[in-house]
This record gives sequence, C-alpha cells and structure tokens, in this order.
Amino acid sequence: MKHLLRLGTIIFVLLADCGSSTLTPQGPRTLSVMTHDSFAVTEDVIAAFEEDNHAQVKILMYGDAGTATNQAILNKDNQLADVFFGIDNTLLSRGLEAGIFEAYQSPLLAQIPDQFRLDPQNRALPVDFGDVCLNYDKSYFEDHNLRVPASLEDLAKPDYEGLLVVENPASSSPGLAFMLATIGHFGPDKYLDYWSDLRINKVKVVEDWETAYFSEFSGSSGQGSYPLVVSYASSPPAEIIFAENALEEAPTGSIVTPETCFRQVEFVGILIKEGTPNRDLAEAWVDFMLSIPFQEDMPLQMFVFPVNPSADLPEEFVQYAQLAEHPAFVPPDDIASMRDKWIEDWTVTVLR
Amino acid sequence: MQASQHSYPLERYRALIWIFPLAFLGLFYFYPLLEILRVSLMAELRGAALLSVLFSEGSYFRGVLWFTIWQAAVSTVLTLLVGLPGAYLVARYRFRAKRLLYALTAIPFVMPTVVVAAGFNALLGPRGWVNLGLMHVWGLDAPPIIVMHTIWAILLAHVFYNTTIVVRLVGDFWARLDPRLGQAAVTLGADRWRAFTHITAPLLAPAVLTAAILVFIFDFTSFGVILLLGGPQFSTLEVEIYRQAINFFDLPTAAILSLLQILCTFGMTIAYTRMAVRVSRPLQLRPYKHTQRLLSGRFERILAGAIIAGLLLLLAAPLAALACRSVFKLDADRAERGVVAIGFTLNYYQELFVNRRQALFYVTPFETMAISLRNAVMTVTLSLILGGSAAWALAGRSRFARWMDPLMMLPLGTSAVTLGYGFIVAFNRSPVNLRASPLLIPLAHTLVAFPLVLRSLLPVWRSIRPQLRHAASMLGASPLRILREVDLPLVGRGAIVASAFAFTISLGEFGASSMLARPEFPTVPMAIYRHLSQPGALNYGQALALSTILMVFCGVGILAIESLRVGEVSEF
Repeated sequence: MKHLLRLGTIIFVLLADCGSSTLTPQGPRTLSVMTHDSFAVTEDVIAAFEEDNHAQVKILMYGDAGTATNQAILNKDNQLADVFFGIDNTLLSRGLEAGIFEAYQSPLLAQIPDQFRLDPQNRALPVDFGDVCLNYDKSYFEDHNLRVPASLEDLAKPDYEGLLVVENPASSSPGLAFMLATIGHFGPDKYLDYWSDLRINKVKVVEDWETAYFSEFSGSSGQGSYPLVVSYASSPPAEIIFAENALEEAPTGSIVTPETCFRQVEFVGILIKEGTPNRDLAEAWVDFMLSIPFQEDMPLQMFVFPVNPSADLPEEFVQYAQLAEHPAFVPPDDIASMRDKWIEDWTVTVLR
Repeated sequence: MQASQHSYPLERYRALIWIFPLAFLGLFYFYPLLEILRVSLMAELRGAALLSVLFSEGSYFRGVLWFTIWQAAVSTVLTLLVGLPGAYLVARYRFRAKRLLYALTAIPFVMPTVVVAAGFNALLGPRGWVNLGLMHVWGLDAPPIIVMHTIWAILLAHVFYNTTIVVRLVGDFWARLDPRLGQAAVTLGADRWRAFTHITAPLLAPAVLTAAILVFIFDFTSFGVILLLGGPQFSTLEVEIYRQAINFFDLPTAAILSLLQILCTFGMTIAYTRMAVRVSRPLQLRPYKHTQRLLSGRFERILAGAIIAGLLLLLAAPLAALACRSVFKLDADRAERGVVAIGFTLNYYQELFVNRRQALFYVTPFETMAISLRNAVMTVTLSLILGGSAAWALAGRSRFARWMDPLMMLPLGTSAVTLGYGFIVAFNRSPVNLRASPLLIPLAHTLVAFPLVLRSLLPVWRSIRPQLRHAASMLGASPLRILREVDLPLVGRGAIVASAFAFTISLGEFGASSMLARPEFPTVPMAIYRHLSQPGALNYGQALALSTILMVFCGVGILAIESLRVGEVSEF
C-alpha cells in the first residue's frame, strides 16, 4: 500500500508538474484577452500589435457573450486575463455593478461618437455595434407569394403562423436583444401580450443563435423549416462572403423597418487585477482596438460595424450590410434595473 | 491475545483511516458549499425569506420542483419496466452472449451527455436516420417523427442511461435467490403467477427498491439530458440552478436551489445505503450454478431473443447511429451550395487535424485527448486513495459508519454546476488558491467519481473473510505478508474495476469541467461541445467524430471492468 501511495504521489507530482510548466511565460510579455467565442481577427493585424509592443497576445474564449461576462465576474478576485472584450449594452450594467473594470481615458475616445459611450466613467469603452434584426428566406416568400413582414405586429398575424424561430433571451444575446426590441416598441406593460400572441402563432424558441440560424432557419445551409429568424442585419452579407460559388444576390434578407431591430454595442475594458502587472500593455490593447487597423478589420471578421467613424468599410459591407434607421430603444438604466425581471416574465409567458 | 493482535495488522487504525476521506470531503466538498452559502446568502441575509418566496403557491419554482419529481418518477418506472425482463434473463439463464450483453448495457451509463444527445439526434432528430428513412420511403417533405425537444426524448434518454443499474443490481440479486422457494410453492399447488407474487416478488423487493432509488437519484439530478434533449421549455432543479447561476447570475437563488437539491438527495442516499446493506446480506444466497440453467425450448429461446433484441435496439441504436453519422456526409458544409455529394467519408476525422481559420485557440484532438487522459489518470490516482480508505473504514459497520455512508454518497446528488461554482468561489484566493492549478479539474472529477469508486470497493472489503487471514497467520505468515498475499490480490481486482469507473467518469464529465476548465486546455467533451455549438455540417461531423473516439475509449474502459468483475454480488 505504501509503495502504491508513493508511486501515486510520484506520478501525481510529475503530471501536475508537466501541466504547470507550460504556463510559465518566457521571452516577451504575455497579454491575455478574455472574450467570447465569436471573437475573430486577422492574423497580420494581431501580429503587428505583438511586434509593436514586444508582447504575445493570448486569446481566451469563454463561450458566448453572457457566459464569458459571468466568468469574468466570478473570477473577480483572481482574474485570469488582463482585458475583457465583448460585454454588450444589454449586460453592461452587470459588469459595471460587479466592479470588474478599471477606468481608462483612452486618447482615441475623442474620435468616438457620444451615442456609443454608455459608461461616462470610461470603465467600458465601445468598440463595435450592430443591429439584431429579423432575417428572412427570400425564396420562401417568393415561392409562397407572401409579403415579407414589415412590422412586429405582422408576425402575430395568421399569415405568418409557424414561420418564426427566435432565441431564448435567457441564454442568447440576440434573443435578449430581440426581446428588448419588443419592449422598446410595445412598452414594458404590453410586450408580454404581444409574446402570448406570438406563442399562439407557434413561435419556435431555441437556446442559441447557432441552432436558430443553422439548424432551424430555411435560408441558411442547414435547410431548416422556419423562413424567419432573429439574427443580425449583417447576416446576409456573410452569406455572400462565405458562399463557395460567387452569388449575385444574398439568399436571405434582413428586415430593417422602424422599431423591429435592436442596436447592440460591444465594449472592451481593463480587468482589475492584483498589482496590475500588465497595465501599460492592457492600455495599448484598448487603444489598438479603437484604432483604424483593428476597426477596419472587424467588419469581415465579426460582421459588426466599427464605432470609429474614420474607419473605412469594406466594399461587401457597403454594398450588402444594412443598418436600421430607427432601431427600437430602451433606456440603458431600465435595462440595468429590469432586465432579469423581464426575462423571467418572458420565460413564464412563452415557455411554461 | 496473540490471535487478536495477529488478526489484522491495520485493524487498530480503522478509526484513523477516516481522516483521508473526511479531510478530502471537508476541504473539497463541504468547504466550497459553505463558501457558496456564505457568499450568496449571508451577504444578503435573505435565505429563508427567499425560500418562502421561491416556493410560494403557484410560483414558477414550485412548477420546476414538481416537474423534477414527476419526470424522475416516470423515468424510474419506465426504466424498471425495461430493465426487469433483462434482469430476469441474466439471473435465471446461462447463455453465450451474456457477458457482451452486460458490457453493452453498461456503456451508456458512462457516456457523456453531449455524446448521447448527439447520438439521439443522429438517430431520431429531424435529420436523423429514422426520419430520413421514413421521408425517403413515404416521399415526405417534413420529418414525420418529432421526438427531440419533447418529454419523450427526456424519458427515453433516462431509460437509456439507467437500465444497466436495474439489470445489474436486480439481476445479480435475483441470480442468487434460491429458485427452490418458488418451486416449492408450485408443488404445493400455487400457480406460477401466484408463486411469483407471493414468494419471489417480496424477496426481490429490497433489490428492486434499491435500484429504483438509485435510478431516481440520477434522474432527479439530470442536467445534460434535460438541457440538450429537452430544450428550453423544460427545467429541472439542476437545470434551474445552472440557469440562475449562468444566465441570470442570480447566485443567491442558485445557492438556495442547490441546498434544496442536496437535502433531497441526502434523504434518498440515506434510504439507498440502508437498502444496500440489506441487499448485500440477503437471507440465503445460492451460487450461480444452482440458480441458472441453459435456455431450453422454443418459448424460452424466443423470449430471450426478444429481450436481448429489445435491449440492443434501445441501448446500442443511438450509439451506432452516432458512429455511422461520423463517417457519412448528409448535409452541405457551411455555405456550400449547389449539388452536394453525399456518402461515406473520413473527412470529419481528417478535418479534426486541420486548423481552418488559423484560429489562435486551435487545439488538436491529440492535445485534447492528452489533456483528458492526464485528468483521468490523476482522477484515478486520487479517487483510489480516497475511495479505498473510505471503503475500508466503512466496512467496519460501526454506528458511526452507518451515518457516514450516506454522507459519503452526497457528491453523487450534488449539481455539477454547484460543484464548479463552489470551487471557483472557494479556491480563487488564499488560503487555498488553486485557480490556475492543473489539479483543479481532477479534484472536481474525483468528487464526482468518489461515490461510485466507494460503491465498487466496499463489497470487496466486506468480502475479505477473517478466516483467510487466520488461516494464513496459523501457517506462520507475518502480518505484512498477509496483507500482501491475501488482502491485496483480492482488493487489487476491485481496484481495477473502481479505476475503470473513475477513468470513464473523468473522461466524460462535462458540467463541472465547463465551469472550471481554462479555454486553452479543453477536455474532449468540451471540444465536442465547442464543435457542436459552431455552425455548419463540417463542425457537426467533427463533433460526431470526436464523440465516436470518446465512445471507443469509454467502451474499452467498461470492457476492462467486465473482464475483471469481482465476486458475484456487486453494489453500484
């Protein structure tokens, strides 16, 4: 038994050791960026940053935006990363209230329009924005001679029964954004009535955007059975860019009529860390995200719009991407105080 | 005097040996739990108030609690219905395919839910084999069978997972019941049904009840099955803990729900351990050769064939569907348009080794396998040391042991999310800062595996007869030699069985890992989940390929268990 124990201990120490040795940094300093799974950047762009700052960037992807945000809050006392990117305006208050970010007055903030700067103390700095909108399968509506819905009210009409798939706002960020669009349009007192009408009209609810868009939506490669889906206004250009054979026209379209969309803004922030050993590097990273090279790289990598107006949009984006002129609006303070209650009420109305 | 000293060299230390499991559970189970309570409840001083609000008349959470109990009860009944014929077959007959049948029923038990969900989807999903076949045969546009995201998917998956518990626990016990009791009743004029209901059934009852309680515990705390197969409209306590913690970030509510779940399971584990003791000491057990016979006559053969075929269909079909799907292309890749070539392909396996997007976080399947195997080896080492000492201490059957027994089983019914969250809260800072340690996940896995390792080792410790030691010592063996040549060989085989359990559990564990793992070191189930949650047929195919690889690893582990089964009565 003793021998076994000793052997066990030796194996154990060896294994534990080979695990930890890979963690020790060597050579250039390492900057860890915590973010969500949709983060993407061109290799050259990030290599330029690494060279300029004599640093190595480590990207840590922690699931979807909500999960990543929660992980950052849970790890408050012992952050594993220096910077967090990807908290959006629907969840911003959660991060700010938890006090995980350190304020940073980036010199580049002067270039960013005020409408995006939702945290006056600059603990969270805006990086990109995009509209969550309904997408439709063009061929379905042509084949069935059906008018594309033009308002939220249309979706509750019998013509559109069983055609819409949405994401659960409790688990999905576009799902939450779309629920907020209905609150912005109908008001916090009436939105549940609207959703019970949608429920009667056989709306399908799934957990996440991937399932909704790629499994249930008929316009994507997954060939599902729902011709209407909650997605992004920038999804149709993505269909073109990712198409194997050149397409003349996107197979899907987004509906950008007034008060059917909700605008999401994504933020970056420096995480509070004991001793802040990488503070200068973290600041350089935030500046980098607001600077032209990164802002111009984002649209085709993450299908979002840059907040820096001096950044030029790629051609495909100018041609196909749409923005809602009048997205539905909910005051940020209301989102902060009411969000969880709204979601719970929604859950009871739509799912139970 | 001398005899008692020689009786067993370690006997005097039995009380001391409690230190290992108690220290481990204290530090890695109770301390994190207390931290959760302290952080989320004491800070807000609203524990009791919250509980009364949560479960007030007609509230949402009452509905959740009711559904949790209801689905667990229905699943348990269905599992018994499916498992009991199988138990009867393995108990009363000898046939060639028996060992294979045992192994086959066991494989589902250790499969990760991510893989099982993928398997059911490949079999019964809208684009699964069954629906595709029916659409082809009947020329339909839409899938005729809708099982996914309904209550049926949940019940089916629970039966799939737990049938093995019934077959084993009841089957093993039944196999050793003296058939002459029933035969005597028939001789005295009772018909066979009456003999069964009056003689066999009452004798079987404790074993059936034990199995039922264990199945109920597993169904009660079910997480992945509900989330992945049931979809958003279903919620059990465990799922609700996850939703409150991860989606709403309402940690006090999550903590209260965890506590409620732990209390429920504690009650059930007390019942379970009490029943398990009765099963391991039944009235009069007979060796297999007196209770089992070969299949004879057409009726018996057909019956046996039907039972085996039914079990195979239920248990092997989803796994087979999964494996087939991993080498068969059905859908277009992401944004692949025009004519899609469908058919046999090894592309998904090859694609695992390609970093398409030049992603910075890309990890090869070899690396994830290495990470998972490293975790598994550490888990085996840890849980053998702890489970072994706990089993030895429990084998003492003292009054203290009677109370410790259900306590040791507690981690079995604790939400993986609670465990993961507790670890983050408790070990994120001094005095015990383990956040960046590679030990963190193996420790969590050990906690999950510990009850089952204990359950596999306990009967072995209990079966070591003092007479053997006496005999050895009479013949002049030193105490150490007795330990080496009598005890260790017996325990050794039990240890291998327990290791296989710990190994497969660690390979497949998902809930706690997903909270604790660092994204640059993903385990295999996490890599599967990552592929599943990314769009396109190519990612889906890769997820299935990885799942198949994991399935093979688990299958090998469980076959190792089967070839080394110790003794004739097993506890789960």
